[in-house]
Amino acid sequence: MSNGSEGNFVTTDGRNIGGVMMEMKNITLRFGGVVALENISFNILEGEVRAIIGPNGAGKSSMLNVISGFYIPQEGEVIFQGSPRPSLKPFEVAHQGIARTFQNIALFEGMSVLDNVMTGRLTKMKTGIFSQMIWAGKAEREEIENREAVEKIIDFLEIQAIRKTPVSRLPYGLKKRVELARALAAEPNLLLLDEPMAGMNVEEKQDMSRFILDVNSEFGTTIALIEHDMGVVMDLSDRVVVMDYGRKIGDGTPDEVRNNQEVIDAYLGVSHD
Amino acid sequence: MPDQVLFAAEVMLNGLMAGVLYSLVALGFVLIFKASGIFNYAQGVMALFAALTLVGIMDGQVPFSHLINAIFGTNIHHFGWHTPALLAIILTIMVMVLFAWLVQRFIFRHLVNQEPIILFMATIGLAYFLEGVGDLMWGSDIKKLDVGIPKGMNETIESITHGAFGYGFFIDNLDIFATFVAVILVAILVCFSQYTKQGRALRAVADDHQAALSVGISLSYIWILVWSIAGFVALVAGTIWGAKSGVQFSLSLIALKALPVLMLGGFTSIPGAIIGGLIIGVGEKLFEFLVGPWIGGATENWFAYVLALLFLVFRPQGLFGEKIIERV
Repeated sequence: MSNGSEGNFVTTDGRNIGGVMMEMKNITLRFGGVVALENISFNILEGEVRAIIGPNGAGKSSMLNVISGFYIPQEGEVIFQGSPRPSLKPFEVAHQGIARTFQNIALFEGMSVLDNVMTGRLTKMKTGIFSQMIWAGKAEREEIENREAVEKIIDFLEIQAIRKTPVSRLPYGLKKRVELARALAAEPNLLLLDEPMAGMNVEEKQDMSRFILDVNSEFGTTIALIEHDMGVVMDLSDRVVVMDYGRKIGDGTPDEVRNNQEVIDAYLGVSHD
Repeated sequence: MPDQVLFAAEVMLNGLMAGVLYSLVALGFVLIFKASGIFNYAQGVMALFAALTLVGIMDGQVPFSHLINAIFGTNIHHFGWHTPALLAIILTIMVMVLFAWLVQRFIFRHLVNQEPIILFMATIGLAYFLEGVGDLMWGSDIKKLDVGIPKGMNETIESITHGAFGYGFFIDNLDIFATFVAVILVAILVCFSQYTKQGRALRAVADDHQAALSVGISLSYIWILVWSIAGFVALVAGTIWGAKSGVQFSLSLIALKALPVLMLGGFTSIPGAIIGGLIIGVGEKLFEFLVGPWIGGATENWFAYVLALLFLVFRPQGLFGEKIIERV
């Protein structure tokens, strides 16, 4: 596999990588005097698993928040599926087919797992409010269709057993999985995962890695993820962006990144003599 | 003795009917609290404002007439027409939707992610502001509201019970009407929150703003929707209370009676608001009837609050509130 940013090739394990899905052009994001992101450019190809890594405070989460519309950058352009994206509100970004999870899990704690995953389908429901209330034909069909789609995802992520459980009662690792299910329910073109394995034990990490790879290969979903754990990232991703202090210091396949001197310095430290 | 039992039964029935009215006010609180986590102190004033607007439109009153007259030295008070009840109700609903939009646009949009106490304080301000606007717009005199709701003793019930027990029950037609309205309203609201995507979105927003945004829910749309519905419920409550005892500013005080109702029923449960209202309605009437004579009467003033206090001690989430689960 090459570092070619133009895309359109087949990976060694037989997945099709397409053209550029999203391109970040010279993104700069400031909070007052603090520069969180400085002139960052990279792209995400259709069908790939793209990782954004970097030490604490490197600006990874800020980057993800720019992609998902939670932050509006002061400079730069986001080009999504060929056309420049105006500064959208987060809920409008969701309607464009970009789903995400959060670093500190943002689930609807009072609802059951099933209801949580169903909220992921909200953008897919079109029937009018009154026909929904009286459960009229079209609304009923729609609800059934959406339920089926959700059940498939619940099966896929192996959370059938906790479908009816209120989310607030679940352990951390399962909550993360439910959050992934909700994001998947939207059938996103682009799935953003903010530290999907943070705080997990080895076994949970392995499960989560497997799910991420399965989602990518079975649904063909493009995935951009942020992760701390270098080992995990290198195994999962097709290409990696490395950030440090709000700047991009590396971009390429895991192997290329691993041998990049600047990346090694950022992670292992560098002597100043 | 059977006479006593029959009388007690009649008192209970009347308590149930009074409870329905408490429930109607409490419903408005529950709706907003469920959807935005805001305890809306202004709900009672909204009921008053809606009723004032309804009367004003029906009577063809010129809004802000005192203000206009004072500034321009004119002397206009009425347009000189009367609006039919149905049209007036539709116009009032539109006013309440506009109010919802204004509240969202100028107050709550700027308070996203603030502490609940801040939001609560904002609704206190809103309550006094709205009371002032209501006064300025429609005047502070007591108004008669007649939208064609039947009033007076229901003679069918009287004659049936008289025939059966030899004692005629006195049940007001207005109370029966209110009960029907409440049942229909609750049915609609429950269907809305359980079976529509807006209802699901509403519960989602109440739970987590960030997560709601990430699944494509527009916060401002949901909030305008919720405040509009609360405005509509306020209109229903205000209309029925207004028809019962005239539209007057003390109407906003009935909101206080909704507080113990909410503590009983739970702040997050629509059925809870109904059951809570009924318990308080029946409870205070029966308590007055059974215990009142022994302790000097006037127990209706405090009974509800003492009951609510007991609930706060032994079951703080109310009868139907969401269980407070804490993982340690």
